[in-house]
Amino acid sequence: MKIVHSWLTDLVPVGDDVEAIADAITHLGLAVEDVKHVGSTVPGVITARVLKTERHPDAAKVHRVFVDSGDGVERHVWCGAFNMQPGDIIPLATPGTVMPDGRAIEPKPILSIPSEGMLCSARELGLGDDHSGILILPEGTPLGVPYGDALGLGEEIVYDLDVLRNRPDAYGHLGVARDLAAHLGLSLCGAPTALAPVSPAMSAPVEIVAGDRCPRFTTIVISNVSVTSSPDWMARRLAAAGMRSINNIVDVSNYVMLETNQPNHAYDYHTLGGGGFRIRLATEGETIVTLDDVERTLTSADLLICDATDRPIGLAAIMGGQNTEISSSTSVIALETAWFEPMGILRSVARMGLRSEASARFERGADPYGIDASIARFVELLRLTCPDLVVHDGMVDARSDAHLPGTTHITVRPHRVSQLLGTNFTAEQISALIEPIGFACQAQGDHLEVSVPSWRPDCTLEIDIVEEIARHFGYGKLGKTVPKSTQPGGLSPLQQRRRHLREVLLGLGISEAMPHPFLAAGDLERAGLAPEAVRLLNPLVVGDDVLRTSLRPGLLKAVEFNESHRRSGVALFEIGHVYPPSSDVLPAEYEALAIVLAGSDATAAMTIWRELVTAMGWGARVDQSNVPVGLHPTRSATLSAGKDVVGAVGEVHPDALDAYGIDERVAVLELNLSILLAAEPKIAQWKPTSRFPSSDFDLAFSVPDSVSAEKVEKAIRQGAGNGLVDLSLFDVYRGKGTADGTRSLAYRLRLQAADRTLTDADVAQVRDKIIAGVAKLGASLR
Amino acid sequence: MIDDVRAAADAAVERLAAVATLAEARALETELLGKRGPFAEFKTRLGALATVEEKKAAGQALNEATQAVQSAVQARAQELQRAERAVQLEAERIDLTEVLSKPGRGHAHIVTQAWQRLEDVFVGLGFQVAEGPEVETDWYNFEALNMPPDHPARSMHDTFYVDHGNPGSTVLRTHTSPVQIRVMQHIAPPIYMIMPGKVFRNETTDATHLAVFHQIEGLVIDRGITLAHLAGTIEAFTKAFFGDGFSSRLRPSYFPFTEPSAEFDIRTPKGDWLELGGCGMVHPNVLRAGGLDPEEWSGFAFGFGIDRMAKERHAVGDVREMYTNDIRFIEQF
Repeated sequence: MKIVHSWLTDLVPVGDDVEAIADAITHLGLAVEDVKHVGSTVPGVITARVLKTERHPDAAKVHRVFVDSGDGVERHVWCGAFNMQPGDIIPLATPGTVMPDGRAIEPKPILSIPSEGMLCSARELGLGDDHSGILILPEGTPLGVPYGDALGLGEEIVYDLDVLRNRPDAYGHLGVARDLAAHLGLSLCGAPTALAPVSPAMSAPVEIVAGDRCPRFTTIVISNVSVTSSPDWMARRLAAAGMRSINNIVDVSNYVMLETNQPNHAYDYHTLGGGGFRIRLATEGETIVTLDDVERTLTSADLLICDATDRPIGLAAIMGGQNTEISSSTSVIALETAWFEPMGILRSVARMGLRSEASARFERGADPYGIDASIARFVELLRLTCPDLVVHDGMVDARSDAHLPGTTHITVRPHRVSQLLGTNFTAEQISALIEPIGFACQAQGDHLEVSVPSWRPDCTLEIDIVEEIARHFGYGKLGKTVPKSTQPGGLSPLQQRRRHLREVLLGLGISEAMPHPFLAAGDLERAGLAPEAVRLLNPLVVGDDVLRTSLRPGLLKAVEFNESHRRSGVALFEIGHVYPPSSDVLPAEYEALAIVLAGSDATAAMTIWRELVTAMGWGARVDQSNVPVGLHPTRSATLSAGKDVVGAVGEVHPDALDAYGIDERVAVLELNLSILLAAEPKIAQWKPTSRFPSSDFDLAFSVPDSVSAEKVEKAIRQGAGNGLVDLSLFDVYRGKGTADGTRSLAYRLRLQAADRTLTDADVAQVRDKIIAGVAKLGASLR
Repeated sequence: MIDDVRAAADAAVERLAAVATLAEARALETELLGKRGPFAEFKTRLGALATVEEKKAAGQALNEATQAVQSAVQARAQELQRAERAVQLEAERIDLTEVLSKPGRGHAHIVTQAWQRLEDVFVGLGFQVAEGPEVETDWYNFEALNMPPDHPARSMHDTFYVDHGNPGSTVLRTHTSPVQIRVMQHIAPPIYMIMPGKVFRNETTDATHLAVFHQIEGLVIDRGITLAHLAGTIEAFTKAFFGDGFSSRLRPSYFPFTEPSAEFDIRTPKGDWLELGGCGMVHPNVLRAGGLDPEEWSGFAFGFGIDRMAKERHAVGDVREMYTNDIRFIEQF
């Protein structure tokens, strides 16, 4: 909302300290996002008349314009816009002028023909956004004078306010002025002069068919008006507030809206069929051409304003129709000032995508009882340009009282206010804070009965009043106290384990990535994963509508990206949520970890998994008979614990690598952290370290490929019993000296007893037992 | 004999001076002072001397000579040992900057780093940490937060709708606030909780806006909690997180789920004000949705973006850079 400083000072004498005023408005909750000085004119730009225009055979994008700036001398200017006709008066930037964007105008020749200045568009002069052509000034504008004088321009200071949903009243200058007056202890300037209608009576009768949607509709007929231009100050303020000056009647209508927050509409009384109004819902498929020259097809939920012959003349609360527009011949107007039910307007606006200054106000909630004052203000302002206007007896005030909001009364308990604000306010102090902004307070025992002003429909609960009290007392004066928490702060055990996991992964040289949780259609399939997924109904990027069911596609994309930027071999992990479909209330969302090691094979992933097993106290079966989808069929395994699948380990399937355009092998480890982190890990229990010497020896077995190393290891442990304190696989060998279909697995063992030094005989006995055990698997000692 | 002893000692010292290595020195020691050495031999000849005086004088001279040789041996040995160690040390010289590159530690994402620093500060202020789902029901994301269907404030959120359940029933959470409701439903007050997490807005991304980003939310519910407690908590956080030179202020604002509502700004030591986040007293309707009696319990909530903390700490020009997963970005931090 743009609030114009000069306008504001008309309503409340706030003075001229712009910074202090902006600060005060901000601290009232109407954040001033910007303070702008608009309408300052550019020195050196003068008015000139177009004499003739001429094309040059060698210039396609510019033409030659000959102008007279009042001294009778023909000046030549090159121009890239073609919208002017001989006789038009236009702004001419003379050589030496510095434009608002910093450009200096020089007599720069094109095709060796110099240009004695530049013709300007509205945007080039800082007069809005129009850059479609040269600004054409009103007919009759004198020549050779600063264009600002011709346009009645002058500098205005504008506060740009971020008005939030709870302050519909602040969409008018008056609402902001009221808040400021209360805050600064000033009085608002007086109400407009009361209407003094005279006979003969002239009415524009109203029939409301949809009373729930239009609870109040007033009309008043004003004759003896003439259509002319507005006073400069009014046009200037409207422009500063972002509205174009059209003519005195339309301008007054807009001015009243921007001041009182009350939209209104002036119709040419003579174009109004039957001289009256009918407010009804549209029929399905009915059409209307709105003021913006668009034909709109309506539904039975849209509200129409029709004339008395039932001809639609406006989309209620949103936009008028073309057929009853004010024209230069208008002499009698019917002024509509109404109140519409907000939700209905909101729905029509949302459906049509058509929002106007009026609809924005109605959908937030205008003041149903401010109508009379805004009619008076309309007349007062119109009288400035139409001193002989006649306001006729016969004002119509059609109401559906049942649907008009009544006055809201709220009980406010001072002790409750203090409880929430940490204050000790008495009922009197509370009244003193909110009565200046229109909340009437009446003491009732130890609490207050507060009547909410009709311009604050947002206030319906005691808590709303508490906020008003805090706002006008000043948040900054309420103090700052740190509450005493009676509970200890801290991360939950699960959160602590997650942090530990991250530290371990970082220590293993793996960096953290954060891919997008949305995937494009086909991403899952490219990764070899099942295509079933939950989808977004309204994705930001068309096609990026798949909610990931796995972290893998995102990391594969990251590997591909880095590989294509000459960074192969990246090691990345992500901890993030995935969202598999489910028939429950919500998808089967869980937290996952995925690790990709580009340029490494499956054993690297297994090494990481084993590291995590020790670091995190986890455990799972490595089930190679159960190959997870999308992974290399002979180099991957499912990790299962009990009945749960807790993860996958191995290598990405070469098909998926091809689909992602990745040239290196990619080892992968994926874990379900919602399961793994939830479990309380086993806490390591102390085993006394033996003080007796240990015995080391190596065993190498020739093992068929069909027997896993895991099984061999298990057999060794079984055979060795308690005396085995260390076991490591230190060599795997295939080739010369090993039979086809077998490999050599070499283990180093350390035996140690807790209570004595082992004898050679002891060691030999254990060794034999191990060999016998392993032999049962079909392996033999080498 | 005394002259012989002295001459032998002098000769011994002379020979010691000539040895070049510690091993030679040890060998010479054995030769001179061993059982077959000259001094042992002198000792056997003492008995053959005529008088007691002679024996005494010769014995004393022999002792002195033996001692002199012994200390000469020791001194020479030490000298040689030091020299040899010095040679060895010099031979072992390496250039410490001559190190082969090896893959180093991994790098945590800067958003994670900011997230954890924020958690740590709040933990220090007595908060615990709660989490919730990213795909939410409309009820938790809006309705329970005092935004019933058709509530105009819903238009402040550009919501991603999820094709799950009844049309419009499921969304990607637009803020971390639904976790407030889940916390209230599951934990009896007093509640001092922060709720960090991923949130989603259907907005075109640019250098400062993302469609997927991270927020941290705080919720305090206890008896007698006031707006002054909110201001005090924000102030304590500001000083703990940004530093002692920073301060904070609240100014009125509007959010459907809090009332009174506020924006909070922080003031840098240079005197600039930066808008940081939104906050307010938990709205009575929200307390009710969480199953709490607003007459018995009161509380406040606050929230702000995590990504911006990371962006500004590391002066990242464009937030989108943080999510390219470009290792050349990740490795910088």
